Amino acid sequence: MTDKSYYSGLRRSMIGTIVVVSLTPLLILAALGGYQFHSAYKQKVLAHMEQLVLGHKQSIDAFLFGKLAEIRVLADVTDFEKVRDDDGLSRLLLSMQERYGGVFVDLGLVNAQGTQVAYSGPFRLGRADYGHALWFQETMQREFYISDVFLGLRGLPHFIVAVKHSWGGQEYILRSTIDFVAFNRLVENIRIGETGLAYIVSRGGEFQTKPRRQVAMSQSFLNEVLSPEQNMGQSRFGGPVPAHVHLGQDPATGEDSVFVTAGLKNGDWILVFQQTQEDAFLLFLRARNFALVGVLLSTLAIGFMAIVLSKRILNTVVETDRQKDMMNEQVIEAGKLASLGELAAGIAHEINNPVAIMVEEAGWIQDLMEEEDLRAMENSQEVLRALGQIRTQGGRCKEITHKLLSFARKIDPTMKTVHINELIEEMAALSEQRARFANVHIVTELAEALPPIEASPSELQQVFLNLINNAIDAMDHEGGQLKVTTRREENQVVISVSDTGQGIPKANLQKIFDPFFTTKAVGKGTGLGLSICYGIIQKMGGEISVSSVLDVGTTFHIRLPLRKGEADDEGRA
Amino acid sequence: MSVATVLLVDDEKAFVEAMTRRLTKRDVDVRAAFSGQECLDALAAAPDVEVVVLDVKMPGIDGVDTLKRIKAEYPLVEVIMLTGHATVETAIDGMKLGAFDYLMKPSDMDVLMEKIDAAATKKRQHEEKIIEARAQSIALRRGD
Repeated sequence: MTDKSYYSGLRRSMIGTIVVVSLTPLLILAALGGYQFHSAYKQKVLAHMEQLVLGHKQSIDAFLFGKLAEIRVLADVTDFEKVRDDDGLSRLLLSMQERYGGVFVDLGLVNAQGTQVAYSGPFRLGRADYGHALWFQETMQREFYISDVFLGLRGLPHFIVAVKHSWGGQEYILRSTIDFVAFNRLVENIRIGETGLAYIVSRGGEFQTKPRRQVAMSQSFLNEVLSPEQNMGQSRFGGPVPAHVHLGQDPATGEDSVFVTAGLKNGDWILVFQQTQEDAFLLFLRARNFALVGVLLSTLAIGFMAIVLSKRILNTVVETDRQKDMMNEQVIEAGKLASLGELAAGIAHEINNPVAIMVEEAGWIQDLMEEEDLRAMENSQEVLRALGQIRTQGGRCKEITHKLLSFARKIDPTMKTVHINELIEEMAALSEQRARFANVHIVTELAEALPPIEASPSELQQVFLNLINNAIDAMDHEGGQLKVTTRREENQVVISVSDTGQGIPKANLQKIFDPFFTTKAVGKGTGLGLSICYGIIQKMGGEISVSSVLDVGTTFHIRLPLRKGEADDEGRA
Repeated sequence: MSVATVLLVDDEKAFVEAMTRRLTKRDVDVRAAFSGQECLDALAAAPDVEVVVLDVKMPGIDGVDTLKRIKAEYPLVEVIMLTGHATVETAIDGMKLGAFDYLMKPSDMDVLMEKIDAAATKKRQHEEKIIEARAQSIALRRGD
């Protein structure tokens, strides 16, 4: 059936429309909001990390330069006498260790040739030659120096703070080893989330602190992570280098990570803080997942709604279409009847006159046959019989044309107030005589206080007479009971005319209101009665229907609308 | 003397001719007119017409209008409405307007004859009564 594919198409388009219309704003909102939230949150997280790193950078720098400054002050204020020998240095070291909490591990004085002339500390480093050491050369050039972290002669990570000072015209370098453990703690304490870790690398890519876990490090990675300024070392002596944020892959784990870098020690070292993005944006990802689940659930709900709603709408549409089809059929039926009526009337009128003339001419021949010489004709009896037949058949034609005319005619169609019960009693009484001959008993069961309706009484009479006559005909052989009932149903008056006759076969039920459909013997019925009834009832805005059971009986139902006022009364009651 | 003088009015010529022949054979003096106007003209020309058999549906002036004018001008002339339609209402209208009776086409000749006879008789009785009344009035006047 084409209807099915049409409806399923309709349903699909409805579902599509509902889903698109509801989902589009939701998705747009989710996308826009998500994006906004994402960028804002990211910015905030990164800013926070940047702030954290900058803070640590400052404190580390402060630590480093503080230690440097302390050594410089020491160099400035200490007499050469006090640093010249091991005893003096050890006294100084002891006091420094007491005051500064053991950060300073040892103290040494190195002369301009690189020979350590005095030393105090836990290691046997007296007279060590630093002439070729990098830190020595740097210090000689730059007045002061903070070395990278190295294992040195002790095999423990540490670094050196060295200051050039001249005592008695001779240049010396006062150096101290800074305990790495204390320093390392500063950096190690920077932890955010699960994966956040901080470490310091030298520009050359050597770790200055021990990261919490293994981190792959290479020069190229470092170049990638650093900002161009940091990379070029441009700000070595410039203003404070801002922290730089870089999003990239951690070469060790391959995870997407955030790297925040800041220059330390005038750019020699780089403080790196890294955290996997997943960890850094954990809250955001949680919110995003929550939103995604929300969107998914909404989508499911919308889909479900679309299906349910479209099903409902479709049912309504199907029902409406069905009713429309029915109405169309009825309209077509009514139109068919109306045009048939006009056609019938036209034909009937045109045929009636010729038939009348033929009958008259036959009559004329009959008249002529009265004369003596014609009567003596051999076949005169036969001619008279034939003429009689012509007149009889002409009479039949007349009957048909008259019925046809009544099919379309307007017998006093003026609407009047009609009391249905009275009308039915009248028609029943009229048919009583005929019913008695057919051995039919007419019973009326009329509802009391039936409101009058607006209708054409003469047309209704015709309808009832037709139905009663049909009912009597249906019971003609054995007789039976003809029952006419009236009752009120909501805004309608329902009149039923039922008989106990032979019933109507199913095949005939559909055709019963068709013009010229008859089961009566030729010459007995024209097949117009019920279609005339149909037309009349239809015109009044009513309905006529039939139900029949073979060998049990047939019932015709007529439904006529009540007057507006009466219907309202019912509504109020 | 003929049974009656009848003016047959119908736009169907053949019908009028057949009827004329049959009625003539039954000793009816038949005249024919084929429209309402012809009918009125014929009446004006021959005031001795007793019964008009008048078709209801005709072009031009239709049966009911013709009847009205006949009754207005010749109140004593009896009219039998002849209807090809099953429009009994028209016939009832016609009788309300003073038609003597109505007949459906095609009609039975015997019935028609009966009605024509009755109509003619009624007309003659009317005329007799009028003459009687006149005579009486003359007599009464003489008695003055």
